Amino acid sequence: MGIAPEAQVETVAPHEARSPAGAKQIAKDSLIGKRIAKLDAPDKASGKTRYIHDMNLPGQLHAKILRSARVHARIKRIDVSKARALPGVHAVITAADVPYQRPLGVGKDHLPLKSDRVRSLRDEIAAVAADSPEIAAAALKLIEVEYEDLPPLFDAAEAAKRGAPLLHEGKEGNVAMTFDYAHGDLAQGEAESDVVIEDTFQLHYVTHCCMGVSGVIAEFDAAGGLTLYSQTQVPFLHKREFADVLGIDPGRIRIIQPPIGGGFGSKLDIYPFEPIAIFLARATRRPVKLVFTREEEFAVSPTRQPVVLRLRSGAKRDGTLTFREVETLHDNGAYTSWGATTPFVIMQTISSLYRVPNCKYHTSAIYTNNPYAGSFRGYGNLQGTFAVESHMDKLAEALGIDPLEFRLRNAQDPGEVTGQGMHFKSCGFKDCVRTVASRSDFQRKHREYRAQWGKPGRYKRGVGIASMLHVGGGAKIYPSDGCGTILKIDDFAHVTLMTGASEIGQGSETVLAQLVCEELGVPLDAVTVVNNDTDITPWDVGVHASRTTFIAGNSAIGAARKAREKIMAAAAKVTGHDAAVLDLRNGMIVLAADGEAIMPLAKLLRSLHFSDKAELVMTTHYYEPPSQHQDKGFKGDVSAAYAWASQVIEVEVDTETGIVRMKHVWGAHDVGRVLNRLGIEGQIEGGVVMGQGYALTEELVIENGATRNPAFRDYKLVTAPEIPEMDISFIETLDGEGPRGAKGVGEAPAICIAAATANAIYNATGVRIYKLPFTPENVYRALHAQGACERSTAGSGQ
Amino acid sequence: MSPKVEISFTLNGTERTVAVAPDMSTLAMLREVIGLTGTKYACGEGECGACTVIVDGLSLNSCLMFAADCDGRSVTTVEGVVDTPVGERLRDAFVQAGAVQCGFCTPGMMVQAKHLIDSLGASLDREAIKRGIEGNLCRCTGYVKIVDAIAAAAQPKE
Repeated sequence: MGIAPEAQVETVAPHEARSPAGAKQIAKDSLIGKRIAKLDAPDKASGKTRYIHDMNLPGQLHAKILRSARVHARIKRIDVSKARALPGVHAVITAADVPYQRPLGVGKDHLPLKSDRVRSLRDEIAAVAADSPEIAAAALKLIEVEYEDLPPLFDAAEAAKRGAPLLHEGKEGNVAMTFDYAHGDLAQGEAESDVVIEDTFQLHYVTHCCMGVSGVIAEFDAAGGLTLYSQTQVPFLHKREFADVLGIDPGRIRIIQPPIGGGFGSKLDIYPFEPIAIFLARATRRPVKLVFTREEEFAVSPTRQPVVLRLRSGAKRDGTLTFREVETLHDNGAYTSWGATTPFVIMQTISSLYRVPNCKYHTSAIYTNNPYAGSFRGYGNLQGTFAVESHMDKLAEALGIDPLEFRLRNAQDPGEVTGQGMHFKSCGFKDCVRTVASRSDFQRKHREYRAQWGKPGRYKRGVGIASMLHVGGGAKIYPSDGCGTILKIDDFAHVTLMTGASEIGQGSETVLAQLVCEELGVPLDAVTVVNNDTDITPWDVGVHASRTTFIAGNSAIGAARKAREKIMAAAAKVTGHDAAVLDLRNGMIVLAADGEAIMPLAKLLRSLHFSDKAELVMTTHYYEPPSQHQDKGFKGDVSAAYAWASQVIEVEVDTETGIVRMKHVWGAHDVGRVLNRLGIEGQIEGGVVMGQGYALTEELVIENGATRNPAFRDYKLVTAPEIPEMDISFIETLDGEGPRGAKGVGEAPAICIAAATANAIYNATGVRIYKLPFTPENVYRALHAQGACERSTAGSGQ
Repeated sequence: MSPKVEISFTLNGTERTVAVAPDMSTLAMLREVIGLTGTKYACGEGECGACTVIVDGLSLNSCLMFAADCDGRSVTTVEGVVDTPVGERLRDAFVQAGAVQCGFCTPGMMVQAKHLIDSLGASLDREAIKRGIEGNLCRCTGYVKIVDAIAAAAQPKE
């Protein structure tokens, strides 16, 4: 390779002249584990970041959607003529005006625009594009719809009964989806049990409440290519799905994601508003922007999956778990989105959080005329963990074993392969349990608070513990669970990292930049991350399953290592040193032994570029995790790594009002390795408070298919004065496959909170509550039903 | 269409005269008439604080205030806040403390924090900060690092 001397092609840039080669020594430094500020934070804190709501394209129209006024009805007639006549209206469309639309979503069971039948109050039946949102809203009121009511189904158990009207043709029993799983021999497990308990747990509707409401802008170019400005968490999957729904070539769809105002799983599926905006853009040949109001966001966005879960558990006198049998009923709502598939995760917790030799699991998701559920941070694991960890406490008590000891006796160890086929290569579970217990003084408090049962006093303290298992190295549910990276370094040693992985506020952009800096020895401000344009970035399966740091991180490291190899080979030639003795530090080629700076990286890159064999440093890498697809029985090592966490919660229960105050949360997380301490703390603190809302305050009230509280006034998010004290510990198990040893953490912190709170309320009052949320009213009723306010409840409390 | 009202007010230290519809909110005026998009719509009902602005020294939800009522007043948005010494400290503190995730609530938090520091100064302790941002919802951070950031910015650097 002929490499030209630098002087022949250009002079040294001024900023390099300040640090001439050879003039200093650069110590080895690492960004791993440091508190690294998010790259996007300065603009966000200054109000400069342009979210989709802040974007306006020239010539843009504004869209609104007309939704059904009936929960279940035939549409007899739609008359849009008055709406079309309103000045400022450019298009009014119904299903009849759309030449091609195909069913969308996980179940492919509904059209973007419904034609002859509506099955929920969320059903889209017409849409308007107009000069302003106000005109579009006025036009909606001019659309006349004549309905013929059909009998509604609001209860999944009723809907599943023989003879119930069918909501979708061909869906016998209104069954949208079922899951069955088993390992071991249930009968044998039961025969070996000294204690068997059975309870039914009820998990409620909650919703994501992203601060940025849903929105989209659709625009066609003159040649028919579609550009979609979208908040999706899965841009590459969406290209495919939009192509199917709209009947257009996926190659002609470009998805650009402006900064996203919160995701939490809400943007994992395709929802009708996006195809509708596209239909309107096509009809008007203008860019069309469609943004929800907050009321719409509450009333028509997907929810967390509500679950009724019946759990039977058994154990031997020595504290060994013998079996678990689970039957769950999921209200699927009118259509099938990701909520129906949450059993995929629930069964992992049932089968593999603790060692359970015999296990059986059945779920049915049943169509009703209620709202439908999507994916939501934790993906069923909050629901499953609530039941399992409530039972772990109950079994321990029935056996007379300390709840901590009982858990440790059944906890997984590294190397375990579970009945479901999950292989725990790194596993800090027991360390998590012991760490939170010791930091919270759990055992002493648990004994002392329990000793207060039945004693006078309005305010009762309690502690509860719960643990969780979640995928921490992706989840192989699509044909590929991979992520691609393109990396280029310019003549000034500035690195551009093009990654398929989206940033939704969680900090992936920053952690990926950090990992690249670590390989290439460049400062953080020498890295730009491009992560939001499907025409530029390589494929990624999407932001879900706590996978981005692990999968996109490994992909970025792979691309950076290839770049480093090229650089080091060139550096060896230019400097005359063996590549093995060289290193890259702070943008300089240095001698690894003493850090003596030899030449700026930028200078080396230019000499490579402006040489006889002109060459740029550009690399690509596609990382596919070494995980397995599960078989038809849901067995297989679905993730490349698994994350663990334990949390202890201390509550104060006001027995006169039912108010539960979350005083303190101790968390210990097996995260493999901390990459960005600031970022990971933020993920955990935010997850804890989201879990707190699920446990204590949030409930989407659904009555007769209608959302009764579509406003922050009536849907209570946790506010700053209510947050608990938090004590967070990290268990660094250095996963062998993880990027620099790290595992995923995004969902973990929210998962245990409701379960640990249930156990803490029991420890405080002797009353176990099986139904969320623990609002004052629900807690007050439960306390009074069991007489815990007045009478002595010392004893079993059952 | 209703006739527009001409109003004059001070926006981030500069005199502005604009014509607005009588039923337009201050939030809509800032975003759609003037083009300052730092102030966010997240509920439109005064429940979330994402649209917080300072009007004559009071922090208000701009979604609940008619634009016409800005006439003769002084309005400060996040864009104006970050141009002040306290605002710069706040921005740096939000960045360094990790108080920003999706960032959608952040401008409202910044404005409310500026108001708290202006009103309470160095006596602003963590409990007062928590109470002071009670009307600002955040779904990402769990508030801890926002409180950290405001507490840090409340103490002037030497």
